[in-house]
Amino acid sequence: MSNRLRHFRQTLTAAALAAALAAPLALTVPGVAVAQERGGTMNIIVQPEPPILVLALNQQGPTQTVAGKIYQGLLTFGFDLKPQPELAESWEVSPDGKVYTFKLVKNAKWHDGKPFTAHDVVFSTSKLLMETHPRARATFSKCEKIEALDDHTVQFTLKEPFGPFLQAFEVSSAPMMPKHIYDGTDYKANPANATPIGTGPFKFKEWNKGSYIHLVRNDEYWKAGKPYLDDIYFRVIPDAASRAVAVEQGTVQQTQFNDIETFDVPRLKGLPNVEMTTKGYEFFAPLSWIEINTRNKPLDDKRFRQAMMHAIDRKFIRDKIWFGLGRPATGPVNSVTRFFEPNVRKYDFDPKKAEALLEEAGYKKGADGTRAKVRLLVMPYGETWTRLGEYVKQAMKRVGVDVTLETTDAAGWVNRVSNWDYDLSFNFVYQYGDPALGVTRTYVSDNIRKGVMFSNTMGYSNPEVDKLFAQAAQTNKDEERQQLYSAAQKILVEDVPVAWLLEMEFPTFVDKRFKNAVTTAIGVNESYDSVYMVKK
Amino acid sequence: MPRIALFISQRLVKAVFVVLAIAVFNFFLVHAAPGDPAAVMAGEAGAADAKFVEQLRQQFGLDRPLYEQLGTYMSKVVQADLGYSYRQQRPVFDLLVDRLPVTLSLTLTAFVLALLGGIALGTLAAMRAGTWSDTAITVVGLTAYATPIFWIGLMLILLFSVNLGWLPAFGTESIGAGYTGWEAFLDRARHLVLPVTTLGLFYMAVYTRLTRASILEVRDMDFVKTARAKGLPEWRIVSVHILRNAILPVITVAGFQAGHLIGGSILIETVFALPGIGRLAFEAVLQRDYQVLLGIFLLTSVVVVVFNLLTDLIYSLVDPRIEVAP
Repeated sequence: MSNRLRHFRQTLTAAALAAALAAPLALTVPGVAVAQERGGTMNIIVQPEPPILVLALNQQGPTQTVAGKIYQGLLTFGFDLKPQPELAESWEVSPDGKVYTFKLVKNAKWHDGKPFTAHDVVFSTSKLLMETHPRARATFSKCEKIEALDDHTVQFTLKEPFGPFLQAFEVSSAPMMPKHIYDGTDYKANPANATPIGTGPFKFKEWNKGSYIHLVRNDEYWKAGKPYLDDIYFRVIPDAASRAVAVEQGTVQQTQFNDIETFDVPRLKGLPNVEMTTKGYEFFAPLSWIEINTRNKPLDDKRFRQAMMHAIDRKFIRDKIWFGLGRPATGPVNSVTRFFEPNVRKYDFDPKKAEALLEEAGYKKGADGTRAKVRLLVMPYGETWTRLGEYVKQAMKRVGVDVTLETTDAAGWVNRVSNWDYDLSFNFVYQYGDPALGVTRTYVSDNIRKGVMFSNTMGYSNPEVDKLFAQAAQTNKDEERQQLYSAAQKILVEDVPVAWLLEMEFPTFVDKRFKNAVTTAIGVNESYDSVYMVKK
Repeated sequence: MPRIALFISQRLVKAVFVVLAIAVFNFFLVHAAPGDPAAVMAGEAGAADAKFVEQLRQQFGLDRPLYEQLGTYMSKVVQADLGYSYRQQRPVFDLLVDRLPVTLSLTLTAFVLALLGGIALGTLAAMRAGTWSDTAITVVGLTAYATPIFWIGLMLILLFSVNLGWLPAFGTESIGAGYTGWEAFLDRARHLVLPVTTLGLFYMAVYTRLTRASILEVRDMDFVKTARAKGLPEWRIVSVHILRNAILPVITVAGFQAGHLIGGSILIETVFALPGIGRLAFEAVLQRDYQVLLGIFLLTSVVVVVFNLLTDLIYSLVDPRIEVAP
């Protein structure tokens, strides 16, 4: 071997060694820039294709994942749901819990070069989002005033304390929008919507509708040296089987949420080129349930609903229908959401108890062995829910309840459930880290609103629960809130306004060469400014 | 005025009324489905309040009475304006124009290949009826016809893309490869191989069976015997005498299928992730994107009318005994 060649080989070995040593180091100590080289292209599945990318105007799941790279919020949240700085470098809360003051980063710029200032924050939260964003509207309407103290300081003054106020500054809950582009325009018809402009690490480049969305590195990004990736392509692949193939072939380097059907998960988990994690969904922490229209007989009877809880085997659902993803739910709050209460009435899987409850409620077996008949409107969100419908039908049959399955598409489902035209259905909603943001809305009686989806569509009403939820939101003392929420959870679990099924988990598959993809509670919706590719 | 021009102009006048009537019918059809785009978008957002839904309905014009919406729509249609998709924030016409090339390159290629291949195979099978080659062609044709099209697509992906790695599994181009000119063309062509084969196999099976059956009827007729007796070479007998007389049913079916060229490939476009009209239509149904759906329906009905006219004209070319009559 010639000297030059040997030298070359040695250099290569040394480089490989350095990379191998540095990679684990970088994982344990975020911010160490040794192994985090510039460069690389990431292909991520986006499904279904978002209608538009302006996060303030559309908060569909896929929109959040793509737009989370373009737009930013003031805060982000760790796995423990504690706030972390993003566009706000620090913040203060007054002792009475009414005044929140944010110090903004000074060097952030919009993608068109204009500086990001406190005036953008005031405009976004007091004007634009109030007009376009239902969740932000609910939060910021609690503000008495929102003002810029100087170019980099914003102050929110609340009418009364609101426990989860900080949670409202996560990127999808309150994306910051450029005032100089939107102020005084018709937000939804603004031509700039076609080319979104944010402060994030990636800039919008091109959208080939039906095929892909191309984002490129923002060279002027306000965090020095970041981001590491040059390009991100979001690929639209509508067929679930083809998406699985795309992962197997390495055509895409990441999938998230429901991209991969549950039955494909065990197979893809075994692939050598990808890693699976269920972390990074803590902020959303969805909980699935059987939605129960408590206006209709026999569902108006608490004992009938309790019987349903006993008749359905949540562990079976988790293991056989969701292939091990998720945890059997015990009540209305996901155990990773704040203020979860474990000590509530337990509904173990026990068809005998279910039958006893039905007997007690007066639902005797008829000549054909049937106690009652109900309809179940299957949620049209993929194969897995259809399987669940079939299981529920069988499980209820065992205790003498005849379930008729009804099918529809997404529009029909929303239309019927929101107008209370159903007996049973399925549903799952995000909890956004705090009961006041994602749990209350399902159970309080002032949210019984016909025609509005994800409201209290069951028509459940309990003044005690209403009071507890109201009090718990109006304080920012965590201990006090815990007591109030614990009390509310105990009542709800006794009343069974919905039959809780699973604390849902989603599989995120990431190509092993890409590091730092999931680092916070908003996981794949994060800005990806610290994601890097290990080159081999 | 020559007969043919009279025929065409009269048919076109009729066609305008037919298309307008179809547009009105379609309008009521799409509005008959439960739910509306506002409901869909509320469902997707995972959170909603009354104002959210109300704003959307207002923006989409859904708060107006139905007859008023119909009036607005029809007055736009007669001005050749297909409306605006509020969901996608783009004019429907632009959306269609974006998607058409993908769909047409897929369906036209598949259609032409299937027609040529089907006629050739059908002729071969009929002329050798009862031999092993006839049996082979018939069996393959029947299998291709009876197998679900998406399953064939997935199997082809598994074989040629996953296992052998010869061809790309989906998309229309290698994204981010930055090809230009000849390279870009070849890249796109490679991406089309599997979807075109999948779609083409199905059509080809239809044409093969039709051609075979039709030729079997014709090949023993007196004029064929006469041609043989005259001592004409076999290829001439087959192509000029038999095929020309046997081809009419094939043209009829091809005319029908040509009408489906625009929307008839939803499954293929979904499995192979091609951004075509079929998928646009399917998604528009689910999203209740009325304007887009109506636009596609209208385009499809125009294409069907045009191809019917063309089919009639081709009849008279192939078989001079058939005359065009208004």
